[in-house]
Amino acid sequence: MSNDISQDHRRPKRGQLLFAVLFLAASALLLARLGDQTKWLNGKALFAQPRFWPAIGVGGMVVFGALHLWHLPRRRFTRPDYLEGRVWLSILEWVLWFLAYVIAVPIVGYLPTTLIFAPLLSRRMGYKSPRMMWISIAFAFVIVVLFKSVLQVKIPGALAYEYLPGALRSFFIVHF
Amino acid sequence: MDLLLSGIEILARWDVALALLVGSVGGVLIGAIPGVGPAVAIAILLPATFSMDPIVGLTVLLGIYGSSMYGGSIPAILINTPGTAVNALTTYDGFPMTTRGEARRALSLAYSSSFFGGVFSVICLILFAPFLAKIAPMFGSREIFLAALLGIILVVIAHRKHSLIAAALACFGIWLNTIGLHAASYSKRYTFDQSWLSGGVNLIVVVLGLFALSQAFILLQGEDERTRLTKLKGSFFQGFRELARHPRVAGVSGLFGVVMGMIPGVGEFTAQFMSYSYAQRSSKRPEDFGHGSSEGLIAAETANNAVPAAAMVPLLALGIPGEALTAMMLSVFYVHNVIPGPGLFQNHMDFVVALYVSLLVLNVLVVIFLLVATNQLIKVVNIPNRFLGVCILTLSFVGVYSLRNSLTDCILAAAFGILGFILKRLHLPIVPIILGMVLGGIMEVKLRSAMARVKTPFDFIDRPIAMILFLMIVLVLGLHVRRVWLDRKLRKAKTWSTSHASTSFAAHLYRRKDYLLTERGKTARAKRSTYSRPSTGKK
Repeated sequence: MSNDISQDHRRPKRGQLLFAVLFLAASALLLARLGDQTKWLNGKALFAQPRFWPAIGVGGMVVFGALHLWHLPRRRFTRPDYLEGRVWLSILEWVLWFLAYVIAVPIVGYLPTTLIFAPLLSRRMGYKSPRMMWISIAFAFVIVVLFKSVLQVKIPGALAYEYLPGALRSFFIVHF
Repeated sequence: MDLLLSGIEILARWDVALALLVGSVGGVLIGAIPGVGPAVAIAILLPATFSMDPIVGLTVLLGIYGSSMYGGSIPAILINTPGTAVNALTTYDGFPMTTRGEARRALSLAYSSSFFGGVFSVICLILFAPFLAKIAPMFGSREIFLAALLGIILVVIAHRKHSLIAAALACFGIWLNTIGLHAASYSKRYTFDQSWLSGGVNLIVVVLGLFALSQAFILLQGEDERTRLTKLKGSFFQGFRELARHPRVAGVSGLFGVVMGMIPGVGEFTAQFMSYSYAQRSSKRPEDFGHGSSEGLIAAETANNAVPAAAMVPLLALGIPGEALTAMMLSVFYVHNVIPGPGLFQNHMDFVVALYVSLLVLNVLVVIFLLVATNQLIKVVNIPNRFLGVCILTLSFVGVYSLRNSLTDCILAAAFGILGFILKRLHLPIVPIILGMVLGGIMEVKLRSAMARVKTPFDFIDRPIAMILFLMIVLVLGLHVRRVWLDRKLRKAKTWSTSHASTSFAAHLYRRKDYLLTERGKTARAKRSTYSRPSTGKK
């Protein structure tokens, strides 16, 4: 199979070795656990064994991952590889933003959380003008109305809505 | 004719009409915004369509799929940035036309070519449907297994120069699909005794992570780009007149789109490049290609818009998706208990025809919308990238959380988001993971059921279609090995080009022998000189 990275000038070289090493290490670990994570049933044909397809999957990951690593033009870690690794780690901030949003919705409610989340993240991204703040608030409102009120997607009512008075409580649970 | 009428009857509902309108307009808007793309939009909207009728949900998604490429040509032509990945070739001739002050002519040509490609492929497939309905029942378990295997091989080798990592990622997808409870034996596979892994890894969670969340991370991590739009002058109808002057290029490109779209794992890129090379080879002015050639633009846009309708063929007739977007649509079918495959063509042909007619209507709607609203639409190109990232992150929540209201799903999607971010930064392919998951599952089930009736290996391919598929697999692998060999030879020739030496293996061996003999000769001479030193004459 062709894998000549040096022939593909669009593909960046930084970080390739790091990814290939991490991928191969993870694949090798999974292959090592094949025996205790899958079963071999006596009397069953090879193709019907529960172990057959996981073995194809992790086996292929190890073989092709190793060949990919072997074909890479760089064999040593250089400074750009470490810098690329730092870029990968830097996105953990956005992951935390996302998870905080996910955790807050069942407690505070979809509408209030989205109305806080979108402008706050926009501000963090550097959009501090009142115009952009209003745009992000309007965006948040439209998204909640479109998905929860109109399309009725399954997002449960929040704990905070329990403190709302009678009719308003059920209205918020159903629509926001 | 009866089929056509019953297909139209299925579509004659207000909710389907609304879905068509929303899908087509939404698809154009999404395509016109660089950095979003149909995969992100479909991934986000997928769970929302689960509560709709199958035809309504599929029409929305098909609308986005079919119309995004129309929208993608706008930034490709105006600011040299393709709106969707498949519009990359449009920039070659579209942007030079804009720099010459012919932006409206380029846009008009792109719209008319896209319209021709879309309509041409739907008409081809409606005419082709009765033939497909006859062939589809001939596909049993072993044929579907072989077709899925062919699909996965084509997906891997289509990623030229990245095929090793594409194969590794496809195997990763196959492995991901095996996580959870094995249905046939009720044994756990790779659950690490975690209850949340017993149900397996949901395809939509993976899709949302790899496409939507990763794109949000890419945009949030990047910088905003300043774009300057040119004013549009002239008529939008001139493109239709110009297209009529190149019927051969348009027809052949449409045909390439239809044929390539039907082959799983090949898709828009191959169709585009084949039709572009054909147009260039057969043109009277090949030197204009890449510098604003109308034929080049027609070839690229016709081919990529002919693919979506054709890509539905393996999905509907065999239940095998050829690329990521149709793989996502497969989950909509399953949710509504509509199983695509030979049975669908035998029992619900009207449903299939209804989908094709909806694609036809969609193309008309999109062109009308673009002719009316292009001047306003081009403003979406100016939406800042990082703000788009905020929007996609907010929307991704709906997609993941509304599936099962599970925090675990969201964490898993975030993890796949990180993986997708890394793959996108390194320009490595994501699609093999998705197709590995989908086709791996199909292959596992079909191989198990096929092997129950197979006694010798030859029994597996003793039916005509199975034999044809097997020969195609051998041929594809053979051609790939040959290409790799030629690439390797070419690379060697480049490396040695400075030495003016022959690159043949025999010549290499001769030189090696010569070198060894020389080295050995030197050693032997040195030894001899040590043992038989010239006499000094002293005793």
